[in-house]
Amino acid sequence: MLRYASMRIIGAIPTLLLVIVIAFLMVHAAPGGPFDAERVLPPDIERNITHAYHLDESLPQQFQRYLRGLLHGDLGPSYRYRDYSVSELIGKALPLSIWLGSLAMSVALLLGVAAGLLAALQKNTFFDRLLTGVAMIGISVPIFVVAPLLVLAFAVHLNWLPAGWSSSSGLSRYLLPVFALALPQIAYIARITRGGMIEAMSSDFVRTARAQGLGTVSIVRYHALKPAMLPLLSYMGPAIVGILTGSVVVEQIFGIPGLGRLFVLAALNRDYTLVLGIVILYAVLIILFNLLVDILYGLLDPRIRKR
Amino acid sequence: MSRTSDNNGAGWRNCLLLCTLLALSAGGCAGPGDAAVTVLQRTLGVEPESLDYHKARTKQAGDVQRDIGEGLTGYSATGELLAAAAQSWELSEDGRQYTFTLRPESRWSNGATVTAAHFVYSFRRLVDPRTAAFYAQSLADIENAAEIIAGELSPQSLGVEASGDFELIVRLRQPVPYFLSLLSHPSTFPLHPPAVEALGDEHARPGSFVSNGAYKLDAWEVGSVIELSRNEYYRADDETAIDKVRHHIITEAQAELNRYRAGELDITANIPQESLQAMREQRPDEVRVAPYLGNYFYGLNLTRPPFAGNAKLRQALSMAIDREAITEKVTGRGETPAYGWVPPGVAQYESPQFPWAGMSAEERHAEARRLYRDAGYSEEKPLQIELRYNTSESHKRIALAIESMWRVVLGVKTDLINEEFQVLLSHIRAQEITEVYVSSWLGDYNDAHTFLHLLESDSPSNMFGYRNEEYDAQMRRAATKTDPYTRQLFLEEAERVLLADHPVIPIYFRVSKHLVNPRIQGWGDNVLDYHYSQHLRISLPD
Repeated sequence: MLRYASMRIIGAIPTLLLVIVIAFLMVHAAPGGPFDAERVLPPDIERNITHAYHLDESLPQQFQRYLRGLLHGDLGPSYRYRDYSVSELIGKALPLSIWLGSLAMSVALLLGVAAGLLAALQKNTFFDRLLTGVAMIGISVPIFVVAPLLVLAFAVHLNWLPAGWSSSSGLSRYLLPVFALALPQIAYIARITRGGMIEAMSSDFVRTARAQGLGTVSIVRYHALKPAMLPLLSYMGPAIVGILTGSVVVEQIFGIPGLGRLFVLAALNRDYTLVLGIVILYAVLIILFNLLVDILYGLLDPRIRKR
Repeated sequence: MSRTSDNNGAGWRNCLLLCTLLALSAGGCAGPGDAAVTVLQRTLGVEPESLDYHKARTKQAGDVQRDIGEGLTGYSATGELLAAAAQSWELSEDGRQYTFTLRPESRWSNGATVTAAHFVYSFRRLVDPRTAAFYAQSLADIENAAEIIAGELSPQSLGVEASGDFELIVRLRQPVPYFLSLLSHPSTFPLHPPAVEALGDEHARPGSFVSNGAYKLDAWEVGSVIELSRNEYYRADDETAIDKVRHHIITEAQAELNRYRAGELDITANIPQESLQAMREQRPDEVRVAPYLGNYFYGLNLTRPPFAGNAKLRQALSMAIDREAITEKVTGRGETPAYGWVPPGVAQYESPQFPWAGMSAEERHAEARRLYRDAGYSEEKPLQIELRYNTSESHKRIALAIESMWRVVLGVKTDLINEEFQVLLSHIRAQEITEVYVSSWLGDYNDAHTFLHLLESDSPSNMFGYRNEEYDAQMRRAATKTDPYTRQLFLEEAERVLLADHPVIPIYFRVSKHLVNPRIQGWGDNVLDYHYSQHLRISLPD
């Protein structure tokens, strides 16, 4: 297992390098630069600024400089937030996004799996149809509709919860964003779990177990649950990365200083180093989580482990 | 197998954590606070890029910096220029040398005395090419500044000197009538040299920023909030009423409004257009809409056909726009229709208007059609142009309205092109494919020059390619006048030359829009839209 994991990690290095090169070329190819604004700077001042950030060097020189920094663990200075380095900005935003994302994912898993299992076990009953319907709504109504409605209801009208992110509002500030983040995930997870469970329950080994006289609870617990979770597991890898690295919409609406919002602003501001830093982080996380999912697959399904 | 069960365990722990969280939060929406400490909750619509006076660029950075630092001059709540760190000044007869007397009681946030040498240090750092300051041009009129910025002279040669601890002498290249208002700009605030020498580029961070304003910087949570607290060493600390200021960074106007309505904010930076009417009805005393030193206009590419050398066509398009319909029906925020270039409310200036501003709509349209024909266009041979705007609902609505006005009055065929802001900017700069595009200009200081300079041939921001020798000559003549009234006449004449030539199409003059909680006292509307926290008070309920 260890050998497999280390081979996969070494194999990911060229991929990562390719991501860096493509991202570097793309941010520099985008029209406009990090210091462009309606107010054009006098040529001397513009020259001083581009020189200070080495933007007057050729692209290969800039790339070399960037890569050299990267090898020393330096993601460079942010072009937009001139008092901060990229590592500092990511270092502040990432823990918050991870914390919110983990909370949301935990809620989503708990409710989603439970609802999916119940629906699968009561296939084609009223409860199943109700749940499938609600899940459909959960998937199709976008967060940018749900989140402002939550704010209007719970913050503006009822005044129970804060409308935005403020350290003075304590832990209550987590509730609405976590719920808004979790909502679509609950729906997805419930649907995937339901599908996986129905398939597992109709498989030959479950039929055999039933023939041997085992009750539903034992069948689900010892035979059906693990294979039913496989489709969910492959969904979870990218979904966790997505939710941990922050949701632009939720962060924008609640004013949360997370990574998603930072990424979008960086792209709009042409903050080259910050965009690159976050892209590299995303790439590393996706590679790691896919690896983790593959390892978990092996643990859940002995056939894969043997292969 | 053991790993799987570990994983499940983590899930349950997370769940437990959340349950605890839910239980904890249910009872504690409002945070604990000391009733004796007054806290002002206000908003910045855009995150400052830096709080270093020499690295910042946005108005929002300035809003925070004006709370933290203090220049030689400043503004009152209603926008009058005041002596701030300087208690008085004298101007030499030729208008080229200022001698400022500083207030001996001025202190840094660490208790040290603010001296003239600190201003000299800051001014030199601003123009030093190594600082790479956006606003280095604030002081470009000081002797040798341009040469220092260009890297030809050392910063030591800048025309400023400290004569004793409290006297500062500034020598200018030429008389600059608006120089005192430039000195209220944060890029000219003093720096505490030992702090900057010790910390370099990191001197402006929370915890280490030594400043001389009414407040000091406590914390900056990027993307969320900048927190300030009273600087007890400030020279007029006994006049500061509010103890703590929280500048929340909220870029989404609707989210900002929700937080205001939920009682979390005292002052907003904006009011969303679609909610303004509702707010006017529900909270008439809290809506503050006031003229603002900014205009909204359509820029024309004057380096290419159809607009190069075609003033008649430019005027025809300008006259075909019903500006009242746009400000009343499309934007509806209380903007003033623009029939000139310099906004109303600028100090010592009477903004001229287009000669046709007083015509009725019918007369205007008839004249527009005549000019359109004279320019070589007709129903059979209509003008086809591209109108570019950056992604925004408001720009889009205005563009749609103007497209239909041009079509109905003149028969112009307009393609609307929506581009991301940076893409639009790069197209405007290249002057290759643009024809008409949305643009706006915000004044840096309360003087007509901040607007008129934009259209001079040598202005870096003149992206239209406008060249008019008569206009340039008029602006040069105004620059040499030390008598304010004579200068005003020359500037107004320059604007008349400009308006006759129609290099751009002004549409409306901007307004500032805020919601201000009734408990906030001391708020004053002003054209610069500067609202120093030190001028505000919070009236506590009895």
